[in-house]
Amino acid sequence: MKQDYFKGLQKRKKQILENWMKSQLSDESLREDLMTNENLREQSEELLNAILGTITEKNISEGMTAEFEQVHEILAGISISRARQGYSPRETGVFVFSLKDALLNSLKEDLSNDPKALADVVLKMNKFMDSMGIITFETFIKGREEVILRQTDEITEISTPVIRVWDGILALPIIGTLDSSRTQVVMENLLQQIVETGSTIAILDISGVPAVDSLVAQHLIKTVAATRLMGAECIISGIRPEIAQTVVHLGIDLSNIVTKASLAHALKYAFAMLKLEVRKPMKDKPSL
Amino acid sequence: MMTKMVLNKDSMRIEREQDVVPFRNRVREFAVKIGMGIVNQTKLITAASELVRNMLKYAGGGAVLIEAISQGRETGIRLTFEDKGPGIGDIALAMKDGYSSGKSLGIGLPGTKRLVNEFDIKSKTGEGTTVSIVKWKNG
Repeated sequence: MKQDYFKGLQKRKKQILENWMKSQLSDESLREDLMTNENLREQSEELLNAILGTITEKNISEGMTAEFEQVHEILAGISISRARQGYSPRETGVFVFSLKDALLNSLKEDLSNDPKALADVVLKMNKFMDSMGIITFETFIKGREEVILRQTDEITEISTPVIRVWDGILALPIIGTLDSSRTQVVMENLLQQIVETGSTIAILDISGVPAVDSLVAQHLIKTVAATRLMGAECIISGIRPEIAQTVVHLGIDLSNIVTKASLAHALKYAFAMLKLEVRKPMKDKPSL
Repeated sequence: MMTKMVLNKDSMRIEREQDVVPFRNRVREFAVKIGMGIVNQTKLITAASELVRNMLKYAGGGAVLIEAISQGRETGIRLTFEDKGPGIGDIALAMKDGYSSGKSLGIGLPGTKRLVNEFDIKSKTGEGTTVSIVKWKNG
C-alpha cells in the first residue's frame, strides 16, 4: 500500500502538470516577455517527468543521491539559463515552489482518508522539494556570478586604451583605481604601443583616478621608469588641485616626473618637445 | 579635552582588494554628508585607502569602523581600522619616512599621519594592530 502514493502520482502526472502550469501562469511574476508559455510547459514537463520517474518511497528522504542526478541536472540547467536570461530569484523560486503546491495537492486528494499517512508523506515531500529549491538557488547564483565575472573581464579589457593622438605621441587615459593588476595591463599595453608606433612621448592622464595614494603613486613611478627605459618620455597629466595637495602631504616625490594639470597642457608640452607648432591658418590673400 | 559624540556609524569588513573601492566610496559618502570640502575629502580618502591597503597587505584583512563625530562645534570623520595580523614590532620605526618592511615607498603611515588631524596607533606583536584617525571638516 505504501509505495502506492508515488505510483499514484505517476498516473496523475497530467493533472499535476496542469495544476502546476495553472499556478505558474496565474502568478503575477510570470515573464511572458522572456519565455513563451509553450517553452515554459516544455520545461515544466521535462522536470516533472524526471522527478516522478525517479522518486520512490525509499529514496525520497535522501534527496541528494545519485539516482536524482538527472533531476539535478535538469533543474540546474533550467536555473542557470534563467539567471542568464535575466529572471529574478523570485520568479525562479516560484517555478520550483509552485510544483510543490501541485504535488502536495495531489497527494492530499489521494490520501484524504488516511491523515497519518498523508502527514508522513507530505513531510517527506516537503523536505524533498526544499532540497530542490536549494539546488535551484545555488545554481541560479552561480549563473549570475558567471555573468559578473565575464563583465569584470570585459571591463579590464576595455578600460585601458592606448590612443595615438599625434605622430609620435601616445595618450593613456586611466579611469578608476590603479591597482597592481591594472598597472600591469596599462604598462604592457603602453610599452607594446611604444614599440609598434615608434612613439617617443607618452601621456598618462589620471583625471579619472579618484585618489592617488602611495600605492598608486608607486605604480605610476614604475610605469614612467619603464617608459624611460624604452627611450620614450612620459608625462603625467590630469592632476587635480586636491590630488596635488594630498600628494604633497603624503610625501610622495614626483619631482622627477613631468606633470601637467590637464591633457591639453601635456599635449602642448609634447608638441614643444617634438618642435611642432600649432598655428591658425594664414589667409591666402590678405584683404587689404 | 572635550568628548567626541558619535552621530552616525557604520562598519565594514575588508577581506579582498575588491573591498577597497566600495569602502572608499562609503567614506566619501560620510564625508559628503557632513559637508566636508573636496580637499579634505580627498585627504581623508587617501589616508583611508593607505591604511586599508596596509591592513590587506600585512594582516590579510580586518574591520573598519566609520563614524561621523562631533566635538564642540567641529564635526568630522573618525575611522578605526582593526586587524588581527602579525602586529608592528617597532612603531617608531614604522612611522619613519622611507622605512618599509615590504617593498613599498615607505610613506604610508607617516604620510597618513600628515593627512589627518588625529592619528593613533596601537599594536601588539602577534595579536594585531588598531589604527584610529580623525579628520575634522575644517581641519
